[in-house]
Amino acid sequence: MLRIRKLPIIIFALFIIVFPLVSRLIPAIQNYPDLMIFAGIYSLITIGLSLLMGYAGQISLGQAAFYGIGAYVSAILTATYGLNPWFCMVIGMIVAAIVAVLVGVPSLKLKGHYLAMATLAFGIIVFIIFNEEVEWTGGPDGMSGIPGLSLFGFAFDSVEKYYYLVWFFVFSVFVFTINVIQSRTGRALRAIHSSEAASSAMGINVSRFKVVVFVYSAILASLAGSLYAYYLNFINPSTFDLFFSIKLLIMIALGGMHDIWGAIIGAFLITFLSFEWLHFFEEFEVIVYGVILLLVIIFLPQGMVGIPKILKGLFNKKVSNG
Amino acid sequence: MPMEKITFANQLLQYLITGLTVGSTYAMVAIGFNIIYNVTEIINLAQGEFVMLGGLVMVFLHVAAGLPIVLAFPLTVIIVTLVGMLLDRLAIRPIRQPSVLTLIIATIAASIIIKGIAMFIWGKDPFDLPAFSGRHPIHFLGAVIQPQYFWIIGFLIVIVIFLTLFFEKTIIGKAMSACADNPGAASLVGINVKRMILLSFALSAAIGAVAGITITPISLMEYDRGAMLAIKGFGAVVLGGLGSFPGAILGGLILGTIESFGAGLIHSGYKDAFALIVLLGALFLRPSGLLGSIEVSKFKRF
Amino acid sequence: MDKESRGKILEVEKVSMVFGGLMALINIHFNAKEGMVKAIIGPNGAGKTTLFNIITGTFSPTEGVVRFRGKPIQKLKAHEIAELGISRTFQTIELFGNMTVLENVMVGCHTRTRSSFIASGLRLPHDKHKEEQIRAKAMEILEFVGLAEKFSESADSLPLGGRKMLEIGRALATEPTLLCLDEPAAGLNETETEKASSLINAIKEKGITVLLVEHDMKVVMNISDEIMALNYGEKIAEGLSEEIQNNPKVIEAYLGSSEEDRA
Repeated sequence: MLRIRKLPIIIFALFIIVFPLVSRLIPAIQNYPDLMIFAGIYSLITIGLSLLMGYAGQISLGQAAFYGIGAYVSAILTATYGLNPWFCMVIGMIVAAIVAVLVGVPSLKLKGHYLAMATLAFGIIVFIIFNEEVEWTGGPDGMSGIPGLSLFGFAFDSVEKYYYLVWFFVFSVFVFTINVIQSRTGRALRAIHSSEAASSAMGINVSRFKVVVFVYSAILASLAGSLYAYYLNFINPSTFDLFFSIKLLIMIALGGMHDIWGAIIGAFLITFLSFEWLHFFEEFEVIVYGVILLLVIIFLPQGMVGIPKILKGLFNKKVSNG
Repeated sequence: MPMEKITFANQLLQYLITGLTVGSTYAMVAIGFNIIYNVTEIINLAQGEFVMLGGLVMVFLHVAAGLPIVLAFPLTVIIVTLVGMLLDRLAIRPIRQPSVLTLIIATIAASIIIKGIAMFIWGKDPFDLPAFSGRHPIHFLGAVIQPQYFWIIGFLIVIVIFLTLFFEKTIIGKAMSACADNPGAASLVGINVKRMILLSFALSAAIGAVAGITITPISLMEYDRGAMLAIKGFGAVVLGGLGSFPGAILGGLILGTIESFGAGLIHSGYKDAFALIVLLGALFLRPSGLLGSIEVSKFKRF
Repeated sequence: MDKESRGKILEVEKVSMVFGGLMALINIHFNAKEGMVKAIIGPNGAGKTTLFNIITGTFSPTEGVVRFRGKPIQKLKAHEIAELGISRTFQTIELFGNMTVLENVMVGCHTRTRSSFIASGLRLPHDKHKEEQIRAKAMEILEFVGLAEKFSESADSLPLGGRKMLEIGRALATEPTLLCLDEPAAGLNETETEKASSLINAIKEKGITVLLVEHDMKVVMNISDEIMALNYGEKIAEGLSEEIQNNPKVIEAYLGSSEEDRA
């Protein structure tokens, strides 16, 4: 039965609250809340991607585009037109949703490789637009002067404050998504993954559900993009390139894409790998990513969340042998 | 040399010739996709890396190590072929639960590993390769034709002839076709399916290498060109119909031409976008390709 | 509903299906009366499953009309047809293997419930309440098909007989008035076959019309009121079960060859 237990969620919430306070005390991890902001931003995207790929079984290699749409809509509307950042964040999500419908309706009729390639092509086209529409986006040089976020006079102007803001979003989205998974909608998505023929025979409007979950993942990616832009106050297209879409794929494969926890674990691990632990590889970290991805696919198809199960299996074997 | 007056018609002809040349390279990539797909039903997203490697290994052997072309060319093809075989052995064969998704991920992983290693060896700068028969352009109705263009199109023709003979006349080639039609039956009659898969990777890596070697003198080559080449090659595959060799050639030439006209007449910054839009258009409107039938594509295993 | 259609829940008129030049069904004409069990028989490749796929909306027929309760449905999509009250099982068992037995049936309840993506994400109280109702109903159905004890097992772990029963249960969860069963007894042993037969009878007693594709003639003769026989995409006979059994054309096309198959 797909019941997600409450206790881990409570522990997760406590961890989010306590982490910055602890990191303040330990010099070696003092910069970790900053990294955790990125891990949180990536988690927002991977949660949506996990629902789309792991649960509904629909491949997307173009999520970086929605991330970029969120970032650029927020950046342009605030920096160029001086609109309210929260309002722009919502506009970004609406734009992402509209684009997701336009792309998703024809794309999600495709299966397997065709869907992968369609989303890949879409992602690259959007990336090219970010680069070429210099008047709007500043081209390859990017955009600066993006404001930060504040609410009723309270500015999220320190790492810690922004950390709590980002993780508030992540936690809310996480709980919302878990609820969806456990509902009629979640069952329908898993049914579609398993057999589209049987799903539609059960009265599930397969194409509609696929588009809905694609739109949801796009909205989350757009939210993440806005949060990214307001945190760094500067964006340029290279953040939203093809490799970022692949990095997202690595995150959910590493964490485990059939489990929503995997989305967060994967985002966390890849963030810390790329900003902290693989620093000495510099640009050659791509080789490490490739190797990680390959090893996971070969030896750990369930991702990190599958490890307890494997250990349990080994243990049981030992017990029965001994 | 006196400047000729370039008319609009001359320009169009120029775009067409350039488009067909680049399109020939896409066709070679597309043929590579099809060879592997027909035997394994895998779309090898690392296909473009073979092209990139072909160019860069050739640069190393011919320019840096000073080997003559006649030696460097086959040596490059052999090296890239070995990489193709390694890819099958290290990334594809070990997968225990092959599904479309895991195979896509595996070939993506392989492609970023190859790309990373290429960056490690050659750095990030593009490399040039001398054209096979110099760079004195031929003028034809006001259009400029590089001699290298003939080499590229010529090698496409050689590859097509070679593959036709291989699949129709040799036992190994026929065995590969049998795997494509029905792997279960093929292994029943004693065909070693695993070896055929390995061979398909070798063959398509070799073709990728030829594409890379021949295109580098006109478009240079650097470590990160593989992904775009792969996607465009796939665009050619979809245009022509997945699995179809004549389709791959036609698709490649059409895609190259559209890209060349789009970049020339509309906006050069969107050069890559044109090919991708064609790919999307083909996927959305006619996923079975120009030469395929809708019914067949509906029932293709995925 | 006009006079013609009265009592006929399903009417198939002049239906033909062409796949890439191949005639899978040729001018098929038949109907099913409300509350009866109608069997469709014929050798492999006769077009039985294709006919099912057309009735349930997997394909649109190349030509012809399919009416359900007098309403043309041949252009509708599969999920719309399911909503109207036609459900099915699959010859090649299409369970949701990654889910539990109970969840499979709960997916079947999909059409008869409503809930939005946002409402379920926010876990609104009425949504929670509905989940309870769905669960109760699904358990009831599992009870009916005899799988209640195995509700928490994964669907893939059931033996073949159990999976066939689960497919029927899942189809029943959509609250159909017409149920299309594609070879419910294929591959089952004698006890399981008997169980399947009595289940189909129980379904009929609930007032659900059953359309049955089956090779096991004993099952067919036991439970069906009427039989239609297909061969090479054409109808070769139709009538009461006893008549069909003795129809020489049918014996030649189907019974004879099936005896050989079994030997």
